[in-house]
Amino acid sequence: MLDVIGSAFVNVLSGTHLLYMLLGVAVGMIVGILPGLGGIAGMSILLPFIYGMDTISALAMLIGLLAVVPTGDTFTSVLMGIPGSAASQATILDGFPMAKRGEAARALSAAFFSSMIGGVFGALVLTAFVLVARPVILAFSSAELFMLTLLGLAMVGVLSGSSFVKGLLSCALGLLMGLAGAAPATGEWRLVLGIEYLVDGIPLVVVALGIFAIPEIIDLLRRNTAIAEVATLGRGWLKGIRDTFREWGIVLRCSGIGCLIGAMPGLGGSVADWMAYGHAVQVAKDKSQFGRGDVRGVLAPESANNAVAGGALIPTLLFGIPGSGSTAIFLGGMVLLGIQPGIMLVETQLDLVYTIIWTLAIANVVGAGLCFAASPFVARVTTLPYAYVAPFMLMIIFFAAYQATTDWGDILALLAIGVLGLYMRRFGWPRPPLIIGFVLAEGAESYLYQAIQFQGWAWLWRPGVLIIAAITIASMWAGARLGRTAIDEGGASGRVRDTRPQLVFALFMVAAFSYAIWDVLRWSFLTRAFPLGIAIIALAGALFVAVVVFRGPRASAIVFDTEAEATPGMVSMGHYFLWLAGLLAASALVGFVLGLALFFAAFLHFKARAPAGRNAILTGSAVLFLAAMSYIFVLDFPRGLLQELVEMPWPLR
Amino acid sequence: MRNLKLFAAGLTLLAALTPVQAADFSGKTIEFVVPFPTAGGSDVWARFFAPFLAEHLPGKPTVVVKNVPGGGSITGTNQFVQRAKPDGLSILGTSGSTQLPYLLDDARVRYELKDLIPVLVSPTGGVAYVNPELGAKSARDIGKLRGKKMKYGSQGPTSLDLVPVLAFEIMGLDVDPVFGLARGPARLAFERGESLIDYQTSSAYLRNVVPLIKAGKAVPLFSWGVLNDKGEFVRDPTFPDLPHFAEAYEMAYGKKPSGTAYEAFKAFVVAGFAAQKPIFLPKGTPKDIVDTYVQTLDKVVKMPAFKEKAGDELGDYQQAVGPAAQQAVKVALTIDPKAKAWVKDWLTRRFEVKFDKK
Repeated sequence: MLDVIGSAFVNVLSGTHLLYMLLGVAVGMIVGILPGLGGIAGMSILLPFIYGMDTISALAMLIGLLAVVPTGDTFTSVLMGIPGSAASQATILDGFPMAKRGEAARALSAAFFSSMIGGVFGALVLTAFVLVARPVILAFSSAELFMLTLLGLAMVGVLSGSSFVKGLLSCALGLLMGLAGAAPATGEWRLVLGIEYLVDGIPLVVVALGIFAIPEIIDLLRRNTAIAEVATLGRGWLKGIRDTFREWGIVLRCSGIGCLIGAMPGLGGSVADWMAYGHAVQVAKDKSQFGRGDVRGVLAPESANNAVAGGALIPTLLFGIPGSGSTAIFLGGMVLLGIQPGIMLVETQLDLVYTIIWTLAIANVVGAGLCFAASPFVARVTTLPYAYVAPFMLMIIFFAAYQATTDWGDILALLAIGVLGLYMRRFGWPRPPLIIGFVLAEGAESYLYQAIQFQGWAWLWRPGVLIIAAITIASMWAGARLGRTAIDEGGASGRVRDTRPQLVFALFMVAAFSYAIWDVLRWSFLTRAFPLGIAIIALAGALFVAVVVFRGPRASAIVFDTEAEATPGMVSMGHYFLWLAGLLAASALVGFVLGLALFFAAFLHFKARAPAGRNAILTGSAVLFLAAMSYIFVLDFPRGLLQELVEMPWPLR
Repeated sequence: MRNLKLFAAGLTLLAALTPVQAADFSGKTIEFVVPFPTAGGSDVWARFFAPFLAEHLPGKPTVVVKNVPGGGSITGTNQFVQRAKPDGLSILGTSGSTQLPYLLDDARVRYELKDLIPVLVSPTGGVAYVNPELGAKSARDIGKLRGKKMKYGSQGPTSLDLVPVLAFEIMGLDVDPVFGLARGPARLAFERGESLIDYQTSSAYLRNVVPLIKAGKAVPLFSWGVLNDKGEFVRDPTFPDLPHFAEAYEMAYGKKPSGTAYEAFKAFVVAGFAAQKPIFLPKGTPKDIVDTYVQTLDKVVKMPAFKEKAGDELGDYQQAVGPAAQQAVKVALTIDPKAKAWVKDWLTRRFEVKFDKK
């Protein structure tokens, strides 16, 4: 056993393998940094090249990519407040406030260092368990998997900020959004508003970018400054590392959480960062700084999301069933290389398995090192005037969102969810619960149905179910024990004069839940039962909120409006919303590339007051960048009316 | 008989290939559109073929696989039919999951598969297996399974998984499908003991179920079988030791299966498995381009390097090229209206599936 591990280690470090791993790491960093593109996009670029490569090199390349995406994506989450990929959404909550405070350096170094520890931890777990994990994974039946989704949903308690009711409603809305589309059990189209695009469900990347990125971009534009309120990055590089050592308990436990969630096939790694974050809040004695830039809020999700990769490889290697989106593609890559994942692989080619594991560990270390090295340069972006940064961010998120299903629906959904996010932010409806609900919706419903259908009600008494139920209750108790956190988005309740806008939004929630009830009542039992239960409870909650708001401004956490704090000279939200709509309208007419060029030139001229020469250079480089992306990644642009009428040359197609 | 059929196919192929005015793809990029997500079965299949096409099409073009997932392949196929030009630079790789909604008149389908030009078809098969604790040792013991309630993990009532449900029903087994499980998770549910009966397509079966059988954790019952040129089922060449479905039925009941249900089963086995993965060119593609593809693919599937690598991935099936592919797709898409009506009615009766009037 030990000799196999040793020889695998030598194998990884020899010859061209390391070189290919570095190539994978480089691609992983790039797709990680670009918002919306993640491991799946990266894997898709590398797959065509692996054909004919020697097995170890090709695996090294793919693993290199898999390992560093959740390290590289930290940049955008911390520096921009935009999720770099689905894996580091929770990092935003505290990482971004730290960057605004001028502590970007500390946040980044804490994130990279804990990422590295999480990644190596995942590899160690894999080393130890790869031979014995099979019965452990098989012990998790549909019933235990359902309970794990409940445990995830229980995190909503600590992520709701000052108003628990609003947190629950936000989660319910997320659940219903996640359930929209063809029902898994029957294929009936529920909650789709008659829109065909919604039949496949809204892609996670569209929801995440809409709910976090668009409100953030508009808010920063309105402030009309640089991201960092302090002009320096801070010299916290060493401090971040010290933070990691000081909070070693959180880092290790969250690595464990990441591994476990990753190892559960079908649960999806994208909830691991939220569960880790929730855990960190629950066990903290002083919760007051969470959401305002507590370094523990960075350490927890970052150690977890890198550990996911190790965990997710367990079912991939042992059962041939991927534990996450990007391991699904890794699995495809293995099959292309002629490696058949499954129990046979572990029994007959253990050396190969250990090579994979050690590549994972080394790639994590290398990736963290590279990110450290790149940080001082990348972090400078936070000191630029935001009017120069915003058009680039908008370009990338719209382009990335379109890649979700290459349908105009992606873009419109991004805009619609962006508006929702904008108002949720304004009226103090916490957004993390919405994402948690969205991510867990499908799993919660499917596993509940499966548990009932496979096992009848006996599933309730399985030991595993009882254990997870106990953990869930304990974690909720721990979260409630010591007061609430500051995760709400500002602090303006009490001074609100005009509550009418809030009332409209609360009534919108009432309408949304009423629609859900009306819609699902038409369908058969299996389509109906789960969303109906959620919508009925949520409708009651939404009515309650509406009544409280209607009764006017009182000292209640429910009444909340950030606009109460808006400075008089501030441009309205609608103003920038119209700019976005303008970008889309231009794209709908002349296609994305031309539309974007027009938007860029106009935005830089009017908003950044850029001189004509600089304007031309920036607009030109944006178009070049888009063309390069489209060429390298074989990606299409949203087409406009012009493209439908006239045959345009690439890249204007 | 089989040889004769091959010979005939060869002759037609030869005839088709004689007036060669080969298209040239120098410096071009060919988009191989796959209406499924990256890394799924169809994607791996397409990526398996892509480098062979790039190497052997005249002019050595670049071949990129482009995934357009959604709607269980309906979205990408609709998009292809609407956008692809008949210039040989866009090709489409579909699967049984594309053919099934077409056959069941799904309202979202806006593609006419009969208009597309198939140049290659990769067949596959499937094997049904059960939990050994049920007491059956082989297909001979199917009698022992009757009357036992068995759960089965299925993707959905109108998915490709309707073929096994239909098979179990004809076999008189009391099988209760639990919907919402893709093939991989369904096998996991079987391994956990949550479901007692399951099936996998050939490559997944070889990869993941054969080790279970060796470990005594699964018992294979029967394969779907493949149709010979008389339209009769014979044993699947990948599983020569396993009886095919009709054989297993005969073992259990002493007579051959018959009736509308069985006719429907046959039709859907062909559509879902025998002609599972076709490569299509767009409607109206000029003959020289079609011929170039057919010729290239014919050369490729006969190459030792292809056969060697295909073994694991594609199973021991004859890749149908050119006229043979057209024939296979034609058979798959031609379904007896009576059988179709029966299946729709059966889906509505058993699983409350509602069909929109088209």
